[in-house]
Amino acid sequence: MDRSPSIAPSVAVGKADGFWQATLHRLAQSQVWHHLRRDPLAVLALIVLTLIVISAALAPVIAPHDPVKQDLDQRLLPPRWLKGSQPDHLLGTDQLGRDLFSRIIHGGRVSLVIGILAVFVSGIVGVLLGLLSGFHGGVLDAVLMAVVEIQSAFPFILLAIAIIAVLGTNLVTLLIVVTLSGWVIYARVVRAQVLSLRQTEFVDAARVIGCTSWRILLRHILPQLVAPISVMATLEVARIIVLESSLSFLGLGVQPPSMSWGQILGDGRMYLTSGWAISVFSGTTLLLAVLSINIVGESFSEIIDPALRRR
Amino acid sequence: MTAYIVRRLVQSVGVILGVSLVVFIFARISGDPAALLLSVYASAEDVARFRTLLGLDKPLPVQFWTFLTNAVRGDFGTSFQYHLPALGLVLERMPATIQLTVASMLLATILGVPAGIISAVRRHSLLDQVSMTVAMLGQAMPTFWLGIVLVLLFAVNLHVLPSAGGGSIRHLILPSVTLGAFSAASIARLTRSAMVEVLMRDYVRTARAKGLAEQTVLVRHALRNAAIPIITVIGLQTGALLGGAVVTETIFAWPGVGSLAIRAVTTRDYPLVQACVFVVAVGFVLINTILDIAYQWLDPRIRL
Repeated sequence: MDRSPSIAPSVAVGKADGFWQATLHRLAQSQVWHHLRRDPLAVLALIVLTLIVISAALAPVIAPHDPVKQDLDQRLLPPRWLKGSQPDHLLGTDQLGRDLFSRIIHGGRVSLVIGILAVFVSGIVGVLLGLLSGFHGGVLDAVLMAVVEIQSAFPFILLAIAIIAVLGTNLVTLLIVVTLSGWVIYARVVRAQVLSLRQTEFVDAARVIGCTSWRILLRHILPQLVAPISVMATLEVARIIVLESSLSFLGLGVQPPSMSWGQILGDGRMYLTSGWAISVFSGTTLLLAVLSINIVGESFSEIIDPALRRR
Repeated sequence: MTAYIVRRLVQSVGVILGVSLVVFIFARISGDPAALLLSVYASAEDVARFRTLLGLDKPLPVQFWTFLTNAVRGDFGTSFQYHLPALGLVLERMPATIQLTVASMLLATILGVPAGIISAVRRHSLLDQVSMTVAMLGQAMPTFWLGIVLVLLFAVNLHVLPSAGGGSIRHLILPSVTLGAFSAASIARLTRSAMVEVLMRDYVRTARAKGLAEQTVLVRHALRNAAIPIITVIGLQTGALLGGAVVTETIFAWPGVGSLAIRAVTTRDYPLVQACVFVVAVGFVLINTILDIAYQWLDPRIRL
């Protein structure tokens, strides 16, 4: 039950000094255990999430079959516990006779990698822009806020559609789109926080003793923002996985022969009567992953900010 | 108040201009419609003539100006695949999308607000726990997954509702439940926390202390004060529904703007993509503007 992965990105930004150690210490100490003891749902979510991550990471080892190997004699087989199934296909097969269990495990790999990668890149971009924009103000701030305003002014899926219409459906486009969907929230939150932190005495003090702007931003202001950023990032992973799945479901995201949960679900949509297992199992896995991330993220935010705890 | 409305409207126009620029840039960044639409056997002169016809040979700023002036007149060009004015095609589909969005919003509000209020009043009760668990599930459930599950249950297995198409109330049920579920969950959770917040206030205690009926306390004292965040989230959700409609309409073959947009993308019908994005974005901006002005009217405290 290690919490460190969730805060790892932020730790990587600055060197381990007193504050970082204190933060890590506070998280590692009894607080977390104390909190988790009263929150069995979060423990369950963490276990489910760990299982999903491990199975995705070890997909080539765990998967019993090649996820793209077709076997047209074994099309649309039901799960193993139902009539007419084959013992070596745990969840049955899809419309091309590919093993569903193997496909879901491999699909999770793509979904999770895209989710985490996009959160990482959009987080760094958003945080940096938010820091600079909040700290320096001026033209950069004005331009940035105008862009944020416009991007937030209409549903992101429309922008995604416009981009995909132009760049075509491929993995790079998909990554650009999901990354682009994420940076705004960090930029907004970080900028707002910096605007208020900029006025504080410790920033004045740091400036007086001759710190450069970058040093003030990275060593004095950023550490204050680690908690909200980590919580946002955790919840963002879930949001981006859903966005990727939606696009893949619509046929605008991950393209065959690659697979993701949404793409498998989209495949299964045409076979709801003859092969309901395709949609049901890929969708349930996706739902479990998203739900677990949300629960863990919320629990995480309650640990960091006691004011949020359920009253 | 008037000054605020004017400022807000000017701001909206700015955002819409920005949206047009984004739409324009993305539509022209790459991909040559001439290469796409003409047969591979078309001669170089034919391609050149076609590009002149579409105005694709002019510099980009000129093209943007043309795009903008035409957009103001409602002219987004002719759809490549339907050979009809793009805006007309979008507007033709608009009523279906509005119908779906409104139905989902009503459903989400009717379910979400009471669930949130009851959960806040009976805090930590079984009812609260069940409804908040359902709400959490509703928020995590991707739209398309819920849609598929509902189709499997009610159309494939029980044969009680149609799985696709539009035109009747029965066709509206599954899509609006699918689309409204996330919003209902968000509204329920926010209503609960807003009500919990308000119920702890002194004026609620005063109202109870002076012997008012619990119902009066809840409705006249608590709910009125919790209304602003609740209305805000309902407004935000209305915008989100317009986006969610894209996915929902595709699942249920609902004849709205969303399914049209997806079709336009897959066929690279640029004028149609532009018109879809532009119309929905303008609708979204308008809703937000109207809501912002409505808050002013609803809550004197934020009146500037």
